[in-house]
Amino acid sequence: MNTITDQKHIMLRVEKKVIENPTHATLFFAHSLPFKPGQFIMVWIPGVDEKPYTISFYSKERFSITIEAKGIFSKQAIALDKGDLVGIRGPFGNGFDVKPDEHVAVVAGGCGMAPLAPLVEKLNKNTILIHGARTKDYILYPDRFNIQRLFCTDDGSLGHKGVVTQVLEQQIASGKQFGMVYACGPEIMMYHVFKICETNNISCQVSLERYMRCGFGVCGACVCGSRVVCKDGPVFDSAALCEMKDFNTKALLKSGKEVDLSQYFAWRCKP
Amino acid sequence: MTIQFLGKTLKNPMVLASGVLGNSHDILERVHKNGCGLVTMKSIGPKPRDGHKNPTVIDLGCGMINAVGLPSPGYLNMENEWNDLEKRDFPIIASVYGGSVREYQMVAEFVSSKKPDFIEINISCPNSEKHGMIFGVNAQSSHDVVSAVKNVIKVPLIAKLSPQALDIGEIAMACEDAGADAICAINTLGPGMVIDIESKMPVLAFKKGGLSGPMIKPVAVRCVFDIYKAVKIPIIGLGGISNGKDAIEIIMAGASLVGIGSAVKYGGINVFQKVTDQMDTWLRDHDLSYEDIIGAAHRKG
Repeated sequence: MNTITDQKHIMLRVEKKVIENPTHATLFFAHSLPFKPGQFIMVWIPGVDEKPYTISFYSKERFSITIEAKGIFSKQAIALDKGDLVGIRGPFGNGFDVKPDEHVAVVAGGCGMAPLAPLVEKLNKNTILIHGARTKDYILYPDRFNIQRLFCTDDGSLGHKGVVTQVLEQQIASGKQFGMVYACGPEIMMYHVFKICETNNISCQVSLERYMRCGFGVCGACVCGSRVVCKDGPVFDSAALCEMKDFNTKALLKSGKEVDLSQYFAWRCKP
Repeated sequence: MTIQFLGKTLKNPMVLASGVLGNSHDILERVHKNGCGLVTMKSIGPKPRDGHKNPTVIDLGCGMINAVGLPSPGYLNMENEWNDLEKRDFPIIASVYGGSVREYQMVAEFVSSKKPDFIEINISCPNSEKHGMIFGVNAQSSHDVVSAVKNVIKVPLIAKLSPQALDIGEIAMACEDAGADAICAINTLGPGMVIDIESKMPVLAFKKGGLSGPMIKPVAVRCVFDIYKAVKIPIIGLGGISNGKDAIEIIMAGASLVGIGSAVKYGGINVFQKVTDQMDTWLRDHDLSYEDIIGAAHRKG
């Protein structure tokens, strides 16, 4: 099986699986990808379905995806193990604009840590990672990064009890000067990060999620305003977000019907 | 160049193919601003329909295979989109499909009341069990559906044809006879199939899918050539058009307008402007006008 040199689909076997916590697992593949942090691949489980996943780790020898068991596909994906066959297309999308020389903040909510992890590893040691999850047990990669990490949990079992945006505001209020804020997590969280950044005149980049089909900007399933999330995104900067009236408001269902975001997420998160 | 097409003025002869990007007013407007004279909405069906499970679209390098499966909110569930489109400042084609002549008629009549500039009837989709292609491969059923729809709509009707027809010229004639104002050809070719040899499974969830992109261009050119010989009404030619020379070629076969779909992947959204500019350059270099070359391949030899 060859290195991916274009975006055609190839088959890979799971090299190993790491159970992160009760609902998350990371699948590793011994394969080299021409990859930029924030880009994603389409993952096909033969006979099941195909879904987009961002890369959560990569090196010259291997890459990984981190899965949260939620719906039919992800429950099957998390049950995969060493030697199982998976189809891969990609990488697709733009990825983050990495600013290794800036003092930046990275804001992660839940599984939103996955696409941010390879980014964090490209940033400098002064980066502040604000990382939220339901409880201490759900913090992804607790030992992975060698930077200042401010935790945040719904129940206060680790770090600040509350939401990541409160911590971001505290950091800014305490005089921290951020050249960029990167965020990934629930869309409402990213929206508030964006608003805080706008108020404080800080640039930000967030990674959006929409139902996808082709992954390369043709089918239109993932349009968000005039933007095509799989091709123009999934990462959008402040300038794009300012003009994106569907950000935190609307999304398309599988049928193409435009609905409020709450209705969209109710469908996406259906067990 | 501006183009006259069925009473409307278009800024250029480029058309966005149905099923590509056309999911909302905002994205249609963006395609228009990127050099596309006429944009087509995603096919509108009689009922809410999710389309097929993924994988639905696979790039094959020489083109792609897809079985998206006609997802549609259903014609009665698109009020937001129609409200946005009412204020548009660019021309649109509304594409419609159905599972019976009556359904085509019902959807098209409603869609006509929303005042698109044109209605295209998709009688050629190879990716659905019950919709589309079964109508478009038979002259009598093509005639039936076109005349039924023509009777209930107030905007020009475009019939979108399948390359699977034994004699596409005959189908085009039946559509013209039934009142079609233009022909659009071709829809995707096939269905085809791609099997993954590691898992021993067809890659598309629907197993079969329509082929598009550069690999089907010779079929598209031949179909447009045959249609041009058979009918007087104008033709929107598409199928694998990726650059200015491809566009010139299909116009010489008989197309008045040129559609682009898969090339959005290879060339980006501004592929429309690029192809228009390449066409203009070629025409200028050859001291020819756009009108000079329509059907030019029929006049030699």
